[in-house]
Amino acid sequence: MEVSRHWRLQEQRYKLVGETCDSCGVKLFPPRDVCLECEAPAKELFTFTGLGEIFSYTTIYDAPAGFEHHAPYTIALVKLDEGPLVTAQLTDVEKEDVAIGMPVEMVTRKLRTDGEEGMIVYGYKFRPLSLAQTVN
Amino acid sequence: MIEAGLLIINLQSLIISLQSLIINGFIMTNVSIIGIGQTEVKEMWDTSIRHLAWYAIEAALDDAHTTDVDAIFVGNMLAESLSNQNHLGALVADFAGLRGIEAVTVEAANASGGAALRQAVLAVKSGLVETALAVGVEKMTDETGPKVTAAAATSLDADYEAMHGLTLAGAGALLMRRYMHEYGRQVADFAGFSVNAHSNGADNPQAMFRNRLKAERFTAAPLVADPVTLFDAAPLGDGAAAVIVTSHDRALDMVPQPVRIAGSAMATDTLALHDRKEALWLAAAEKSAQRALAQAGVTPDEVDLFELHDSFTIIAALSLEAAGFAERGQGWRLAQNGGIGRNGRIPISTFGGLKARGNPLGATGVYQIVEVVRQLRGEAGPCQVEGAKIGMAQNLGGMGGTAVTHILKASK
Repeated sequence: MEVSRHWRLQEQRYKLVGETCDSCGVKLFPPRDVCLECEAPAKELFTFTGLGEIFSYTTIYDAPAGFEHHAPYTIALVKLDEGPLVTAQLTDVEKEDVAIGMPVEMVTRKLRTDGEEGMIVYGYKFRPLSLAQTVN
Repeated sequence: MIEAGLLIINLQSLIISLQSLIINGFIMTNVSIIGIGQTEVKEMWDTSIRHLAWYAIEAALDDAHTTDVDAIFVGNMLAESLSNQNHLGALVADFAGLRGIEAVTVEAANASGGAALRQAVLAVKSGLVETALAVGVEKMTDETGPKVTAAAATSLDADYEAMHGLTLAGAGALLMRRYMHEYGRQVADFAGFSVNAHSNGADNPQAMFRNRLKAERFTAAPLVADPVTLFDAAPLGDGAAAVIVTSHDRALDMVPQPVRIAGSAMATDTLALHDRKEALWLAAAEKSAQRALAQAGVTPDEVDLFELHDSFTIIAALSLEAAGFAERGQGWRLAQNGGIGRNGRIPISTFGGLKARGNPLGATGVYQIVEVVRQLRGEAGPCQVEGAKIGMAQNLGGMGGTAVTHILKASK
């Protein structure tokens, strides 16, 4: 894996830093500099709360290289409270207990490792909000 | 001075009206298909990527009774990651005995094949190339398992989808689950797509899978990415297909049954599902279908068969909706009661589709064209859609980030 590729995404991966559109106020994650709604420049940084709900989900059984030892794992499209969808793994939840509409919260977890001595990539995953409240 | 000024204005208006004539297609070359060729789709351990391409090209040249090709457009997605081979344009041209001609690779993920034909059409339409050949080729089986799954996932957003472990099947599953939720459907409602594909594939000697499929087996199959099962996802295999195009006037002198390319359009959308305004709408598929249909001057009702991108059953349903064959949320209905069968309202996957013919990613779009041509020539054998005159093919890249649509018309 390439160090610089992951290093430059640290603000997104660790803190869910996206952007907001000056013209129409839409919040963007991932950041893309041009608004998805009105196509005006949208370069002002915006940090998301990390709260949202499950929009859709799947459990992956046929995993790609780098994830084969994690399978089965569950990935969701999470609808963030501020608007955008984000693709992320779910954690601290059994796959049978996941449902569309379930409230979730972003946490930082290990995304991938590159062998025994390679780089470890950390980033956002999501867990059920109710669980977060009982743990904290 | 005044008269000279008027003359200039008149000349300008003449030039503008000539330009509009060209833009409206009155002068621009009509393009027709004069040759088709393909290999079987399967695991071919003894065949290299260059041989695969050559076998398809050889068959297409034989079919067109010519060796006179001016340019090759190679559709391919994974040669770099699975075969350590780039620079396929020159490699394929050389290996096909056409060393020296213009040749280049076209990459648009699994829409590479359709995109290669689109480039061949543009080349002939421009008038700069007389005869162009589009060949889609994919060598899947030099790697196996997780490496192939990861390579296929490069059509998704690497930083924000694949890095989180998402796969093509996983992305299909996210769409399917949401579709089932919004429209109150069950997994079994999608079985008809795979049953139809396998029923047609059983009649195609070049299909990867020729077994018929029972609807009850569909829901019981092992999970690839819940709710997508092994009998929902199209199998990846080795394969190559080729199509030769030239101007329609030339085509009429060369072959008895040229098939005219009446519509050709490509459109794009976001790679990532999460960036779309409407997750359950294939916007690029809609755009490219509408443009191609408008160019051809036909409506969906007039289309006799539709080779769509059934990489997953949900994509078949969404493609039928985006291309105008079903209302939003109703695409699944066509898979009930034979709506998509050979004698149905809109026959799809007539040679087995991606699901049963097999899905050699970057070659798939050219297979679709070869199959539509066979239908319009009346040479589809047991797969024939009776009386087919107008055929449509739509090839998608990734989860519809690229969509290429072609409308073909049989010669009168």
